[in-house]
Amino acid sequence: MIRTEGLVRQFGDVVALDHTNIEIKKDQVTVILGGSGSGKTTLLRMLSALDAPTHGSVWFGDEDLAQLSSKRLYELRGKMGMVFQYSALLNSLNVYDNVAFPLHEHSDLDESVIQTMVQMKLEQVGMRGFEQLMPSELSGGMAKRVAFARAMIADPDVVFFDEPTSGLDPISAGIVTTLIHDITKKTHMTSVVVTHDVHAALEIADHVILLWQGKVIAEGQADAIAQSEDPRVVQFIQGRPDGPIPFSRSKTPYHEDLLRVRL
Amino acid sequence: MIVNLFGRIGRSTLQMIAKLGDVTLLSSRSLAFAGKSPWQGEHYVRQIYALGVGSFVIIAITGAFTGMVLALQGYYTLAKFGSESLLGSAVALSIIRELGPVLGALMLIGRAGSSITAEIGIMRVTGQLDALEMMAVNPLARIVLPRIMATLIALPLLVTLFDLIGLAAGYVVGVDLLGVNAGAYVGETVAKVLPEDLYAGWVKAIAFGFIVGVICTYMGYRAEPTTEGVAKATTQAVVAGSISVLAVDYILTSFFL
Ligand SMILES: Nc1ncnc2c1ncn2[C@@H]1O[C@H](COP(=O)(O)OP(=O)(O)O)[C@@H](O)[C@H]1O
Ligand SMILES: [Mg+2]
Repeated sequence: MIRTEGLVRQFGDVVALDHTNIEIKKDQVTVILGGSGSGKTTLLRMLSALDAPTHGSVWFGDEDLAQLSSKRLYELRGKMGMVFQYSALLNSLNVYDNVAFPLHEHSDLDESVIQTMVQMKLEQVGMRGFEQLMPSELSGGMAKRVAFARAMIADPDVVFFDEPTSGLDPISAGIVTTLIHDITKKTHMTSVVVTHDVHAALEIADHVILLWQGKVIAEGQADAIAQSEDPRVVQFIQGRPDGPIPFSRSKTPYHEDLLRVRL
Repeated sequence: MIVNLFGRIGRSTLQMIAKLGDVTLLSSRSLAFAGKSPWQGEHYVRQIYALGVGSFVIIAITGAFTGMVLALQGYYTLAKFGSESLLGSAVALSIIRELGPVLGALMLIGRAGSSITAEIGIMRVTGQLDALEMMAVNPLARIVLPRIMATLIALPLLVTLFDLIGLAAGYVVGVDLLGVNAGAYVGETVAKVLPEDLYAGWVKAIAFGFIVGVICTYMGYRAEPTTEGVAKATTQAVVAGSISVLAVDYILTSFFL
């Protein structure tokens, strides 16, 4: 359903994505795993056309996102939802208006219909009854759930999640993870989850992609990844500081920096 | 050393030109939506209302003090030539042609412009602009444009308020305090303030309102997405906005003379 070809994204000298090829399959939960700085957010921004690649392309169905008119892109966005890392609720609107926002903007539905739809989605994420709260009055986990409800209000084909569990307590994290899994399965939605949470990833993923320094270093079904003997995968999953993924992120050797005396 | 200096000047000049280009591009893209997208009257009205209510008091106070100081200072100068009777028109022309629009714009930048920058910058930091984009709502049309329109429409109204209060305050100081003849004061004002003067003041107010809107929205929109980035953008909006207003004021004044 979504495919990238030789995707490269550079920020100055930093290569955030380095010839990344991935494929997102329909009706599956695809989890993109990687440490912080491995290019996960950058990749999501490419998949949703919030940002454009330096080289390479992103295909949504049979359309190249970079070639779309802005009108067509906005049409496609109607089929996408995004749950941002910090939820990104509109802070001038209450929970109800946040969730209803896409419908208020793009549909002529009666307010009573919209009300029912909002209630259904809020019920699905367990947030019914909180309609009147403002975003500033929500905890991180509640905001995530509201953002989730907003992302699926228009029944999108695909929903992107950026670190849905980061910053949440274990129970809230578990709730959000379960919600992603259950709702994807019940509603024939495709989910793309970006995270460094190995535990959650292996639990809900149909397909796992392991990203390191903008490159895909392993890919496969959750079990296969869990049992992989690739030392990089093992290191990541077990969270060990030593291994093929280096501890130091510096490019120059330590002694060179030490010996370079500044006068 | 010298080469280095020239290099620095060259680089910052190029950066400034690039920035100017970016401002122009972004604001014209926003303004293009004024004709295209469905009329967003409700959003415009809300913004104008917020600006007007927020800046009303500070504009009124500034107007009052400006009128009072001008009368005082003008009287001192004019008295040396024995032409105190000209005080009314001196105060009125200074306020209407010059100080109303300029001080009104500067106050608007400090009071409302900086908070526009901060508001949009925070929307950038917290991902709300991206969220709008993902919901197929263009932030240029929805967030930037209504704010440019609001400053454009609100500033002439606020400047008119500034002028009226400034003239009244000038009258109080000139006539009641300094004892200039009331008939001469008012007569001079009415005789010397021509429609062109009012027109010049309003043209300035509209131009400044546009500049304030464009610069303050731009700085927020392009703020570096960090808390320091927003703080820096807010300061930059005030500095760049004020300097632009003063520079454009010089240009417009030279046209209207
Ligand atoms: N807007 C940007 N400007 C400069 N560098 C960026 C930007 N966005 C991301 N990067 C860099 O790209 C790399 C990948 O970042 P990101 O995709 O945010 O990683 P992750 O989400 O996996 O933590 C990092 O080294 C980061 O510093
Ligand atoms: Mg990230």
